[in-house]
Amino acid sequence: MAHVDQSKIRNFCIVAHIDHGKSTLADRIIEKTGLLTSREMQAQILDNMDLERERGITIKAQTVRTVYKAKDGEEYIFNLIDTPGHVDFNYEVSRSLAACDGAILIVDAAQGIEAQTLANVYLALDHNLDVFPVINKIDLPSAEPERVIEEIEDVIGIEAKDAPLISAKNGIGIEEVLEQIVKKIPAPGGNAENPLQALIFDSIYDSYKGVIIFCRIMEGTVKKGTKIHMMATGAEADVVEVGYFGAGQYLPTDELSAGMVGYITASIKNVKDTAVGDTVTDAENPCKEPLPGYKKVNSMVYCGLYPADGAKYPDLRDALEKLQLNDASLNYEPETSIALGFGFRCGFLGLLHLEIIQERLEREYNLDLVTTAPGVIYKVYKTNGEMIELTNPSNLPDPAEIDYMEEPIVSAEIMVTTEFVGTIMELCQERRGVYLGMEYMEQTRAVLRYELPLNEIIYDFFDALKSRSRGYASFDYEMKGYEQSELVKLDILINKEEVDALSFIVHKDTSYERGKKMCEKLKDEIPRQLFEIPIQAAIGSKIIARETVKAMRKDVLAKCYGGDITRKKKLLEKQKEGKKRMRQVGNVEIPQKAFMSVLKLDDK
Amino acid sequence: MINKPLQSLSLYLHIPFCVKKCHYCDFLSAPGSEEIKEQYVKALIQEITQKADNYKNFYVDTIFFGGGTPSILSLHLMAAILKALRESFRILPEAEISIEVNPGTADEDKLMGYRQLGINRLSIGLQSANDVELKAIGRIHTYLEFQKVYEQARKVGFSNINVDLMSALPGQTLRSYQDTIHKILQLQPEHISAYSLIIEEGTPFWEIYGKGVEEGNALSALVRLPEENTEREMYRLTKKLLEQAGYVRYEISNYAKPGFECRHNTGYWQRHNYLGLGLGSSSLIENCRWKNETALRSYLKMQDTRTEIEVLSKEEQMEEFMFLGLRLTKGVSKRTFTELFGMQIEAVYGEILQKLTKEKLLVQSESGYVRLTERGIDISNTVMAEFLFD
Repeated sequence: MAHVDQSKIRNFCIVAHIDHGKSTLADRIIEKTGLLTSREMQAQILDNMDLERERGITIKAQTVRTVYKAKDGEEYIFNLIDTPGHVDFNYEVSRSLAACDGAILIVDAAQGIEAQTLANVYLALDHNLDVFPVINKIDLPSAEPERVIEEIEDVIGIEAKDAPLISAKNGIGIEEVLEQIVKKIPAPGGNAENPLQALIFDSIYDSYKGVIIFCRIMEGTVKKGTKIHMMATGAEADVVEVGYFGAGQYLPTDELSAGMVGYITASIKNVKDTAVGDTVTDAENPCKEPLPGYKKVNSMVYCGLYPADGAKYPDLRDALEKLQLNDASLNYEPETSIALGFGFRCGFLGLLHLEIIQERLEREYNLDLVTTAPGVIYKVYKTNGEMIELTNPSNLPDPAEIDYMEEPIVSAEIMVTTEFVGTIMELCQERRGVYLGMEYMEQTRAVLRYELPLNEIIYDFFDALKSRSRGYASFDYEMKGYEQSELVKLDILINKEEVDALSFIVHKDTSYERGKKMCEKLKDEIPRQLFEIPIQAAIGSKIIARETVKAMRKDVLAKCYGGDITRKKKLLEKQKEGKKRMRQVGNVEIPQKAFMSVLKLDDK
Repeated sequence: MINKPLQSLSLYLHIPFCVKKCHYCDFLSAPGSEEIKEQYVKALIQEITQKADNYKNFYVDTIFFGGGTPSILSLHLMAAILKALRESFRILPEAEISIEVNPGTADEDKLMGYRQLGINRLSIGLQSANDVELKAIGRIHTYLEFQKVYEQARKVGFSNINVDLMSALPGQTLRSYQDTIHKILQLQPEHISAYSLIIEEGTPFWEIYGKGVEEGNALSALVRLPEENTEREMYRLTKKLLEQAGYVRYEISNYAKPGFECRHNTGYWQRHNYLGLGLGSSSLIENCRWKNETALRSYLKMQDTRTEIEVLSKEEQMEEFMFLGLRLTKGVSKRTFTELFGMQIEAVYGEILQKLTKEKLLVQSESGYVRLTERGIDISNTVMAEFLFD
């Protein structure tokens, strides 16, 4: 049987900064290529998780195959691979890019290039993708397409003179984009007769089909019955079905051959077996080498997740299990806290990933959670030569046994308009940043380069950045490695009892400030009780800060007027409810939100 | 035909109008034109006549006109309402019939009229005997105006008068509060309600003091609330001075000369049947609670006005029995609990009673009553919330 004509295939993705209109353009492409009628279009087809739509970001890569009848009279197959849009998912982005032959760079006509635009476009160029720019939102009053075109040519150094000027939202200029896809993005290569070599760029778990592997066939052909072998994880399975991606549906086909993008199902039970970046080959006729670029994704940020209602522990476990089926980068293991009871220490790619998982647990699984302060992985070198990777501050060995500690450092690029350079430098300084340099992109904008400890940016750095630059700064980072650092464990004592869930690791120089702020925050969050409650911050046995919650003096219902008992009862219920949402530590009741409030300590 | 035994019933009539809202007030009331008031009374009378049919087996032993400011209504409107009530309900000759009076809205003629209509108890909203304080909380009258109304009330023959007082007012000092109490004690009203100011959400005071209530002052407030300690002092002083003067504290915030306890309000704490009439009024009839429509426009059209209808479960009845009953200083009777619910109070609340007794928030008297201690009264919300089921 004849394989699909490679010269009529275009595999591409769209790269952009958040909010520059990537998903909207994807919608328009799908719409105009006729796979769906306008009526079937749900707004933003590619982002199909509720959460993604609300946040306007793509978490799981989505892919769609459409057919476009070009002006040359030929029909082309477009495989549009959507890429996650956040630094937490950088590796997934890179694998999605590796599945493409070209990329559309979409830039907002008003905002121009942002930090993420640069990061993503460089990533695309690193993967040898042919990139062509598109200027979006040209119908905005503040649009300056001429300036943005110049900026793209100056800063990125790619031809932008004939970039389509479009409004994805209003469907302006889409035809031109489609034609340029045909002309500017190269057809895929590869030989359908070679041994199978396919790149996994995503996989999801489906309760009927098992794991669905999203892949790009680089060489060879895969069809039903092929015994496939995952070269990195070693998993093997017989193919049950192969097919293409319709919009929101799977379209089975006979085979996928070199150059195509599609899916494979093989009754695989766990996405851990189908790691992103792994190479799928034919177990009986394997390719010589795996595709380059595979790496195991490690968690960068850890925190404790506890059910608000202790009885929900099994539910939380089940929910995490289910989420992990779909998210190989989520790690968890059981832990116990004196303050919070039974829960899990969970590992995430980054803070956004953490927030997404937390929200999904709350929303999709209806769980009420208490989250402890997120932390990074510290390397603790002990005097006996042992090294431990510390994810839970409570497990820090006795200081006497510690030789030294290391913390993860990132290289960050912050793009900012020049008027805010000073404020942002100040912020980076406060967060123990090491200044590496600054480059002007044009007269009014600069890129600041810093090395920053990861634990200084996982809390609220992004919020602080946005608020101090009135929303103008954008930010991107990548892991650099570990460096030795003067770290201490800060403990919080409430009514003289250490609350393990509130302990965290902090740099010695900022420990006083942090301890003081934690105490102040907790004082606001802990309601008055029958007795006075001291709140203290301590390093080892040394108290470094103290606040006091005064004893409750008065708490009487107002006039109960005209027999409106229901209203009074609601008040009492609220009080009771509030009490239920508290954790008993010693004889003090601590509201659950107090555990969370210490996550946001930003000053301004 | 079998006649059900007669049961007692209280009536609450809500008059949702006032001259001007006080800064602390979160009750359902607003200024209204004479025309609106006429329309409202018409609707109220219609409600009275419609609903009365369901209460043939009840006799009315208390009636309370609350607001807003019920004394804002012209006498002919009040007369119309009372006429409708007497024609529709079986009202006992000795029924307690109270009306709230704002000193800025009453004169001798009106008070005389009330007497003739059978109203036998006045509840006069004074709040403070200090004109600066009165102004600070948005009252429309002075102390002198109050005095005048009080004297007129006595003159026309009212022998059961309550005066409302408030402590913890902006700018109030221990001395000024003491002065207020002394002035009132000289007048010798039969009943005194003494509340401390509570900053309720949705009031102008909330905007000023809302966030800073805990600390007793907010930055934006020109006049500060008294310090927490001062407020406690005021509270203790109330009890001390009033008890010295022969008043008995029979409820957390209410004091009366023996025999003058407000029967209507006591009924709320003891869960007697009461029917609310008028906008947004609440009812409890044979363990069913509901509330009337709260939107004036809809109420005037007299569509079915009941909302939030709740048939109380046995658990809810127990909860209410406890948290309402504990507002009375004599407390709740264990025997009554058993009579009502068929089980011992200890079987239901044993653990909580023990805990709260240990914490010295409750005491159990030998006569079989459970009541709040002084400390328990201080933090009564916390104590009462314990009696709610999960």
